[in-house]
Amino acid sequence: MEILAFGIVKDIFLATSIDLIVDEDITVGALKQKLEGRYPQLRGISSYMVAVNDEYASDDSIIKDSDEVAIIPPVSGG
Amino acid sequence: MNIDIKILKEPLDINVCINWVMTPQSGGIDVFVGTVRNHTKGKKVLRLEFEAYERMAMKEMDKIAREMLQRWPLHKIAMHHRVGILDVGEVPVVIAVSAAHRDAAFDACRYAIDTLKQTVPIWKKEIFEDGEVWVAAHP
Repeated sequence: MEILAFGIVKDIFLATSIDLIVDEDITVGALKQKLEGRYPQLRGISSYMVAVNDEYASDDSIIKDSDEVAIIPPVSGG
Repeated sequence: MNIDIKILKEPLDINVCINWVMTPQSGGIDVFVGTVRNHTKGKKVLRLEFEAYERMAMKEMDKIAREMLQRWPLHKIAMHHRVGILDVGEVPVVIAVSAAHRDAAFDACRYAIDTLKQTVPIWKKEIFEDGEVWVAAHP
């Protein structure tokens, strides 16, 4: 599964996207745990959200293989 | 269409936003212009770098504008955000709102910038003389 990174998360992944092998129909919560295991620095940022197909997703949302997934660190536009 | 949302790499044109929201029915236009400040917490800022998750940012800005039209009797809304490297004094964001009466325009414009800062996936990095930091990333 391709995961897009923005802002501080790009610096943590050292890339604008990563490819992660995950179980089918993984939840957002499980994905976060998996990511935090691989990138412990994610636990050091204020908070972050996961977006699925351009929408903020809750921890119990299920991600399909064809979905576009992005990690959204605290936003700071304007 | 009465909503104009853009994410641009080029400098924003405040007058374009104002002219776009102007209608013969409007009694007033409220405009918020964000500018790059030369300091943060006592530290000198050299420039800012803005990055957007563009497709989602457009969608979230559109949600804000639609909510504004639901809540206030407005005519037109322009919301332009810039990305890339901006120097001190440059303009990262312009929001212009027209309405028949000023209360609605003021309140809606305030709501727009406050909500944009909370929900729209755009990030800024402050660049100092001795380093750089993604704003709000760390507790």
